[in-house]
Amino acid sequence: MGTKTRRELPLHLMIVPGLIFIILFSYVPMAGIAIAFQKFIPAKGLFGDQQWIGWENFSYVLQLPSFTQVLLNTLLISSFKLILGLLVPLVFAILLNEVKNAVLKRTVQTTIYLPYFLSWVVLGGILIDILSPSGGIVNGLLVSLGLPKIFFLGDNNWFPFTLVGSDVWKNFGYGTIVYLAAITGIDPGLYEAATIDGANRWRKVWHITLPGMRMVIVLLSVLSLGQLLNAGFDQVFNLYSPQVYESGDILDTFVYRIGLLDAQYGVATAVGFFKSIVSLILISASYFFAYHFAKYRIF
Amino acid sequence: MGHSFNSTKTRQARKLEWFPIVNTIVLVLVAILCIFPLIHIIAISFSSSSAAAAGQVRLWPVDFTLASYEYTASRGEFWQSMWVSIKRLALGTPLNLLLTIMVAYPLSKESNALRFRLVYAWAFFLTMLFNGGLIPWYVTLKEYGLLNTIWALVLPGAVPVFSIILLLNFFREVPKELEEAALIDGAGQWTTLWKIYVPISKPALATLALFAMVEHWNSWFDGLILMGNPDNYPLQSYIQTIVIQQNLSNVSRDELLNLALISDRTLKASQIFLGSLPIIMAYPFLQKYFVKGIVLGSVKG
Repeated sequence: MGTKTRRELPLHLMIVPGLIFIILFSYVPMAGIAIAFQKFIPAKGLFGDQQWIGWENFSYVLQLPSFTQVLLNTLLISSFKLILGLLVPLVFAILLNEVKNAVLKRTVQTTIYLPYFLSWVVLGGILIDILSPSGGIVNGLLVSLGLPKIFFLGDNNWFPFTLVGSDVWKNFGYGTIVYLAAITGIDPGLYEAATIDGANRWRKVWHITLPGMRMVIVLLSVLSLGQLLNAGFDQVFNLYSPQVYESGDILDTFVYRIGLLDAQYGVATAVGFFKSIVSLILISASYFFAYHFAKYRIF
Repeated sequence: MGHSFNSTKTRQARKLEWFPIVNTIVLVLVAILCIFPLIHIIAISFSSSSAAAAGQVRLWPVDFTLASYEYTASRGEFWQSMWVSIKRLALGTPLNLLLTIMVAYPLSKESNALRFRLVYAWAFFLTMLFNGGLIPWYVTLKEYGLLNTIWALVLPGAVPVFSIILLLNFFREVPKELEEAALIDGAGQWTTLWKIYVPISKPALATLALFAMVEHWNSWFDGLILMGNPDNYPLQSYIQTIVIQQNLSNVSRDELLNLALISDRTLKASQIFLGSLPIIMAYPFLQKYFVKGIVLGSVKG
């Protein structure tokens, strides 16, 4: 008993610093959700004598016409991102796997995930320049092809598509590598046997590659479900402007503006709390399904 | 039978010959699409303002000039924010790594070797499932007096829970015999951790360190809202104000006119390139460890 405790005590001590950090920077802010139920006056502080107003902040938000719009935008943008974010890398990984030339395969692989590592500040800056209707290279190209100019970042009909497209552009390389890793795990003997049986390329993809990737596909789909309310703050914040709020304002940017710019702390916290609760339910459900269908255990 | 088998094969080979060609073209085009926008911006940054404005620049600088870079280098704010970013990386990365190791090791033990293991694990995991949201987070940091200090950029994200999960799964793969041998030699937990587990996990730790550095380098929003004084902005936050918010107010118009070779377009392009330069330079390492990181992530039971 004595030895066991002596062996165990250092393990507890090792965890303590990490535990203090998450208490200070994750759990105390969780307690700060109380702000959603207060008429919060910053000067009095987080633990000050604030006035409690029940659900007033929530009912205020619900009657804002912009809130419904923001919620719809969030769901629309993120669902398109989720679907394409799963499909595009899947198709690309299968196509890349068909390449027999190792140098070409490596070069393409190496090139496609460079944008993944760049920040949305950098990528946003690039997009603002190349998509500009005055002097941007993309519109220059459209005009030289005899097509009309497109206000990718200023037109409400185009803005959501610009968001989805550029998000896929940034992230599909990462997804492709994940899928390729799964393809590598498939027994090559299956392909050899299929070739001997006379199966063509498409049949092999359909009957061997896709079933072999089944687990990864299920896992990624299920886990991305938990991100349904994350339409991509970093991206939207760096690309949007007041003229596209109608189509591009999302929950996170909404919270930022009413909270930090308009200093309506209580209202912004209420919206954030709503988002956190829904996300908690979605993420919990997604881990449950991931465990159920793909035997995925996180720890 | 041999005959029919051969004829099937030839027929298929002929029918599908177009596929590798079309496939190669599609893949190369997509790869080009990923990299050309960045090359275009780099070309603009090295071009004269008139060439950039006339839309002459494609993938190679026109009227090559370093004027935009010389101008950027002459700005005190640029170097100041670069210094903040360097401090952030130098303080943040080791702290991330140290805490990741110290939390992952105990959690990698079986529940009978560590009481409350599941409680601890859930305490960390829960922070991935739920958070207080932006405003409570901001108010808390303000309450702690961290605003406008470098610590606001380093301490709140000091415990990367996802890295901990990756590393604890990696630690679990370490053969138990090694630990038992160390135990017989009278080594304590700390010695076992630093002399056996850490050296054996070097590739995994390199991956996590690299990812932590990318994360710190790329972060811009926390700098923007937590640093009231622009002197304390890290580089990405500084670039954000220049490139995205078009905040050129601290660049006087006269100054720009005097420097005929630069425009705000070439200037912004140079900032974009400088903001991505460390990532591009680290890219060979990043991509080497990247696939390892993915494999690392999939090594779970």
